[in-house]
Amino acid sequence: MVYNEPDEVFPTQVKILIAGGFGVGKTTFVGAASEIEPLNTEELITAASVGIDNLGGVEQKTTTTVALDFGRITIEQHGIVLYLFGTPGQQRFWFMWDELCAGALGAVVLADTRRLEACFEAVDFFENRGTPFIVAVNEFDGAFRYTAEEVRAALELDPRVPIVLCDARDRGSATSVLRALIRHLLAAVPAPSA
Amino acid sequence: MTVGDDELWLDDDAGPLVRPYTVTSGRTRPAVDLDLLSLVVATGPPPASLDPEHAAALDLCRTPTSVAEVAAHLRLPVAVAKVLLADLVHWRALTTRAPRPTADLTDRDLLEKLLDGLQRA
Repeated sequence: MVYNEPDEVFPTQVKILIAGGFGVGKTTFVGAASEIEPLNTEELITAASVGIDNLGGVEQKTTTTVALDFGRITIEQHGIVLYLFGTPGQQRFWFMWDELCAGALGAVVLADTRRLEACFEAVDFFENRGTPFIVAVNEFDGAFRYTAEEVRAALELDPRVPIVLCDARDRGSATSVLRALIRHLLAAVPAPSA
Repeated sequence: MTVGDDELWLDDDAGPLVRPYTVTSGRTRPAVDLDLLSLVVATGPPPASLDPEHAAALDLCRTPTSVAEVAAHLRLPVAVAKVLLADLVHWRALTTRAPRPTADLTDRDLLEKLLDGLQRA
């Protein structure tokens, strides 16, 4: 592989994952924040099968195709391209997705207060994996509004994990969620020593 | 992979006419390791004797482009696009750069630039 290309040819690429339960608005969020129409492809994943199919603890490998949505934000003045990957909606697939998680800056877990339990798995997954994340409550029309603290209690969330409210359809709102994630990441990085 | 006018009775809903792995001659493993976010860029004018699939892939890489984007534009699964792109890298028609290693991602400078960029987005 060739690594010694001049840096000006290649922008720095970073990725952020947009996770959450099925139908919570991940694709909408990616589409709102992205400068391009969200792209869609398929990825083959190989994963140890999880759940009831396992017989006698035998490690089984299965290969599955999952749909992958992603969008892009180019920060031209700094030579950075930010990719937003919507994790596959089917819960049994997305958490197997190591390649997608590897090297990710962090994650946004989208939550729908009508079905908060749908994002439990995403929260557990990022907590266990040590991937920094924030929770963004997508405020659906007609959904009862809960306070951030009520959501925190329901999710048993670490007090350090920020919770923000958003409208996944709105570009400004989606972008502000991404800024909240970056600020959360910055807070964890030691200040430069003088 | 252009379709002539007389063949338009088959629209996109019909799905791909060529099975995905036909274009890779049945290979599922790329010759060069590529990540979803590996960047690929053409090294110069395309080699003369490329088959249409490789030519289409190469055509998408005039500026540095991620593997994921090439796959999406080719409407091929990522695994198939990786095989085609790895061939092109092997033939020196493309160069590639792996994404930044995870260790760099606590880079304060990078995060501040991101925040700045998102404030203007």
